[in-house]
Amino acid sequence: METALSILSGLFFIVSIYLLLSKYVIRVLLGVALLGNAVNLLIFTAGRLTREVPPIIPSHLDVPAVATANPLPQALILTAIVISFSFFAFLLVLSFRAYQDLKSDDTETLRFAEPKNEPTPPLGY
Amino acid sequence: MNTLIFRTFAPFITGLMVVFSIFILLRGHNEPGGGFIGGLIAASAFAIYGIANGVPPVRRAIYFHPHSIAGFGLLLAALAGIPSMVAGVPYLTALWTYPVIGNVEVALSTPLFFDIGVYLVVVGAITGIALSLEERHRG
Amino acid sequence: MNDTQIYLLLPFAAAVIAPILVRFLGEKAAWILALFPAAIFVHLFGLVEQISNGEVVTGGFVWVPSLNANFTYFLDGLSLTFALLISGIGTLIILYAGGYLGGHKHFGRFLSFIFLFMGAMIGLVAADNLITLFIFWELTSITSFLLIGFDHNREASRRAAIQALVVTGGGGLALLAGVIVLQSISGVSELSLLLGQGDVVRDHPYYLLAFFLIIGAAFTKSAQFPFHFWLPNAMEAPTPVSAFLHSATMVKAGVYLLMRMNPVLGDTVIWETVLPVFGTATLVIGTLLAVRQTDLKLMLAYTTVASLGLLVMLTGFGGEKAIEAAVYYLIAHALFKGALFMIAGIIDHEAGTRDVRKLGGLRKAMPITFAAACLAALSMAGLPPFFGFLAKEEIYAAIAHPTFWGVSITLLTIFGNALMLVIGATVALKPFLGEPVKTPKNAHEGPILLWAGPVVLSIVGLVSALFAGFSNHDFVSPMASAIAGTSVEAHASVIPHFSLALLLSVITIGLGVAVYLKIDQARFAMAWLLAKIGWGPDKGFDQFISGLVRFATWITHRLQNGRMEAYMTTVFIFFGVVLWGSMIYFDELPNVPSFPVLSFYEWGIFTIAAVGLFSVIYANDRLTAIVSLGIQGFAVALIFMLFGAPDLSFTQFMVETLSVVILALVMTRLTLNKTDARKLSEQLFDACVALLAGSALMVLLLSVIQQPFDTALSDFFTSYSKVVAHGGNIVNVIIVDFRGLDTLGEISVVMIAGLSILALIRVKGQKMRKVLKQ
Repeated sequence: METALSILSGLFFIVSIYLLLSKYVIRVLLGVALLGNAVNLLIFTAGRLTREVPPIIPSHLDVPAVATANPLPQALILTAIVISFSFFAFLLVLSFRAYQDLKSDDTETLRFAEPKNEPTPPLGY
Repeated sequence: MNTLIFRTFAPFITGLMVVFSIFILLRGHNEPGGGFIGGLIAASAFAIYGIANGVPPVRRAIYFHPHSIAGFGLLLAALAGIPSMVAGVPYLTALWTYPVIGNVEVALSTPLFFDIGVYLVVVGAITGIALSLEERHRG
Repeated sequence: MNDTQIYLLLPFAAAVIAPILVRFLGEKAAWILALFPAAIFVHLFGLVEQISNGEVVTGGFVWVPSLNANFTYFLDGLSLTFALLISGIGTLIILYAGGYLGGHKHFGRFLSFIFLFMGAMIGLVAADNLITLFIFWELTSITSFLLIGFDHNREASRRAAIQALVVTGGGGLALLAGVIVLQSISGVSELSLLLGQGDVVRDHPYYLLAFFLIIGAAFTKSAQFPFHFWLPNAMEAPTPVSAFLHSATMVKAGVYLLMRMNPVLGDTVIWETVLPVFGTATLVIGTLLAVRQTDLKLMLAYTTVASLGLLVMLTGFGGEKAIEAAVYYLIAHALFKGALFMIAGIIDHEAGTRDVRKLGGLRKAMPITFAAACLAALSMAGLPPFFGFLAKEEIYAAIAHPTFWGVSITLLTIFGNALMLVIGATVALKPFLGEPVKTPKNAHEGPILLWAGPVVLSIVGLVSALFAGFSNHDFVSPMASAIAGTSVEAHASVIPHFSLALLLSVITIGLGVAVYLKIDQARFAMAWLLAKIGWGPDKGFDQFISGLVRFATWITHRLQNGRMEAYMTTVFIFFGVVLWGSMIYFDELPNVPSFPVLSFYEWGIFTIAAVGLFSVIYANDRLTAIVSLGIQGFAVALIFMLFGAPDLSFTQFMVETLSVVILALVMTRLTLNKTDARKLSEQLFDACVALLAGSALMVLLLSVIQQPFDTALSDFFTSYSKVVAHGGNIVNVIIVDFRGLDTLGEISVVMIAGLSILALIRVKGQKMRKVLKQ
């Protein structure tokens, strides 16, 4: 089952990279959203999978009675999900504002910070 | 989405979800749940309320500015680490105490306050994002 | 912490209080502040007797013991003489600065810089630990940058400051590399221990590397040809700086380093070839360029270059006599050159010009300055009974060997010394003798703050020679012993006795006088020659810097062309190639996995995820895009649920819900292009890149899961979650307890993202456009 999930995670990566490479900000954003899931799946799979046994210790025991799912990747992913959501929201609003003010969602024309034919910096001291 | 039924039920749904989110937060130490999940549930509750009834009622309902809530949560989480320094162990080391309030033993700990801090940050920040986008959407 | 240590750090304290004192007392603060270096001087003077008996004073404290970087010092004859010169001349310079820059609005800042420099310089000569040595060395470069650029409103100052910083700072990097090499060769990190390891270092295969790095540092700092050009340009600094840094102290740091390293690196063929050759070349070139100048300070600057060349030549000439001569000359030079710089400053300050052609007949107006100038110039000319005479005698006695090498160096030295005599006379006599000339300012004697320095230095130059026995025993012998690494007894005397050296001195003086009488013609000839050559290292520096800027601009425009997809493509191609390449190279490719065994609902969920994924690519309108994004998200949540991660599953559900909501809110305003506007070839190319990078990750993951899994961390958390942290939900315990600090950082990120979004939304469109227009 790790194999299947590895392949699925690879598919996530391929699609998200393909979207990141496109020239339209909104597609890039979709790519970012997918990339978060791809990475989470990668971490999850790398921590090995266990079916259906969550890492919860019953109240009358000190350690779990049976082998549980690996808790460490879960803890990492849990915060990663929330952070990638905040990040995604930030990028979404950023591109929305850029679209409003520059009237474009094409990365070819969104080059305010690095304009074409930038003059050379002044020589001298 | 401004149907009458939705508008009528949204406050109740929201209230239920918020209560549920606090439940999820508090049981999180021993059962599935915790600050992040609880915070997200409460934030979605407010987002739903906002979609149904508009942003101003939501702002009135939560009384504080969402970012104040988030800031307070961050402060609470940061302060939750201080007692351990007073006790002479590294910052954020968990400390537990079991006071008995009216015959009931209550487990209090610094991670509890830390988790409440996480909850408030998530609620505040994400509600803030959702509400400001909704305002934008309408205005 | 003992006394000496406190005194060594005293200048830094003075640097802190100087601006405050100046604010309250104005230029009179100089009198109080001069007490700091004076106290150091007095304290160090008290150590002279002890050190001249062959003892060393050591101390310090541990700083970073694991890196062998400690703040330790040791004072032997060499360090002590240098430290005395620095603190003694420093005292006079502080007073002089009070007279020279007293009314300047940044006088406090200036004094602060000077004190910082003084502390760095004293630390440099007193440092025992090699890393400490490097730190103080760089600190002198930085403070001299600040001082040269003090008048930062003028481009010439800025250029000179940057030039000095680039040249000496570059040398500092060589020094760092050099001390690390020495450390690894010898295994010791203290200079005092290194001095005993000379044979080990000289026989080591890395000797040459260490040698070139160390002389790289010394030559840049001490302005040896071809790095000499920064020193004359540094004359843009206010005159107190020139007198202090560029005559007596900082530029001698390179000479100090060579002298210090002489017992370690010296006594080899390359040492005794490279140093004399470059030293002599610098001597000759420096004096020739000095003749060309008409500005008093520039003339002095070029003779300083020449003198440094002479010192380097003597240090590397070999033999105790040459080292003795170097010591005599170093002391003499610090005294007379410091005085002459200050005199040049006084003339500039009082007469309003430093151009020697516009000056004359000042002796009546400025009698005290004139007297000091005469004494200093006589010492520079090497006439008895001045300290300069001792130096000149010893130089000729040391180098006049009847070999080709000895004769040629002697001839060049005579030539250089004669020209230096010419410059000395031009600076010290020409402005004062002859008919009075109308100067821009009505010249008169300066205040005591101004002339105190040169008078004291000139008199010391006389007295130290008259009591030569004392100077020899207390200063010259201990210092020469420290440089030579063996006990050396100096006994030069001020009474001339007939010898070859005296004869050579007489020839030097005769040649000098002859040139002095023809100075205008000589200057004209040099100017013509330089115009013919037309290019020098100074111009080369400008070309180098502008070339660097052009190259940087070119490469920036190449790499950062402003097209986002180009960046993205580069990153992902690199990513894929690195992953695939390393896996293939190290033979880490996974075995072909067996066909996965999954239950039918698992297959179903995986399929849903894949379908959602691909429909995101082909979404033609915003609703499809949002819905397909939601589908894959919920599928991922289900996968988490299946594999024992209810917390994740829940979180993922909530996040996907919220994502869909905010996407829907924003996308109503954004138009999604109906079709992908890329050309088919571009689409294919991008697909290939995505395949390359994505498949690399996939294969990496497959290879990872075929390795045995190390469960140490997970076991730790599982077994202590309940026992120590009292929590049944291990994931939550990790988040809020075991790794609480991480979580604190993460919720801060969430908070910051929320605030930034708020800020982005609040900024009004109008305002943003205005900002963008600027």
